[in-house]
Amino acid sequence: MADQFAPAEGDSIPEMRVTPDKYLPHRYAGASGDFNPIHIDNDFAQMVGLPRNILHGLYSMAQVARAQTEAAGGDPRSLRRLSVQFRGMGVPEEEIVVTGTVREVDGDTVIVDTQAEQAGNGIIRNAEAELRL
Amino acid sequence: MPVETKAVGKEYPPVGYEVGLEKIREYANAVGESGDVHRDREAAKAAGFRDVVAPPMFTVVYSSPALGPAILDPDVGINLAAMVHGGQEFVWGEPVCAGDVITTSSRVKEIFEKDGKGFYVFESTSVNQDGDEVVRATWTNIVRGV
Repeated sequence: MADQFAPAEGDSIPEMRVTPDKYLPHRYAGASGDFNPIHIDNDFAQMVGLPRNILHGLYSMAQVARAQTEAAGGDPRSLRRLSVQFRGMGVPEEEIVVTGTVREVDGDTVIVDTQAEQAGNGIIRNAEAELRL
Repeated sequence: MPVETKAVGKEYPPVGYEVGLEKIREYANAVGESGDVHRDREAAKAAGFRDVVAPPMFTVVYSSPALGPAILDPDVGINLAAMVHGGQEFVWGEPVCAGDVITTSSRVKEIFEKDGKGFYVFESTSVNQDGDEVVRATWTNIVRGV
């Protein structure tokens, strides 16, 4: 489907950067069906003690997923498993950086340690992806 | 106050979801999945899919509705105001394509307390119209100050 992906243990996967715009949480709410007001209503979010409306954790996880399939050449079938911990809070209008390191290669199976951060704050931590090439 | 664990093992009724082509496109646009296989039927078929294929994380669209009754179940007893989504795992199987009918079943896997927080772990399994497993999910919700 795309470039050959022949990773070795210790290799980095290509860094992926994306900046969700101000209205992204609204589009993601519609696409996912999660209309929790902490994501789409700035006033509500501040009323419950958040700095502003925050990104859906599963949107951030989708960015981590996308970084893996893109690293593997773009085939959605290459991502077999993804496990994440949500930490901190993702916010709109701030660049997300997804990075990862190949931990293990076993035949056509690759295990990647991966994470996402915004301005140095982890929003997805201790994530592990299993790819099949 | 210890967490109430009587709901561990409880199962909830399966929830069906019919996958629409435009919903896949809408989802792919929202999360920035730019591949043609998520939009164009011919491109998807050329890549070996039955029809336009959903990105892996589209899983949340068809499986989340099955989790609602579990999270809201008084037997589970989650204080929603103090709940955060702590962790998530998906294990994917057969790809999900436009036109598929997915059925998701959920159950309470574990409830425990650690460091003053309640951990509520749910499991769901989604199968397609042929009975093939498309995803197995583990959802971890954390409640502060239990």
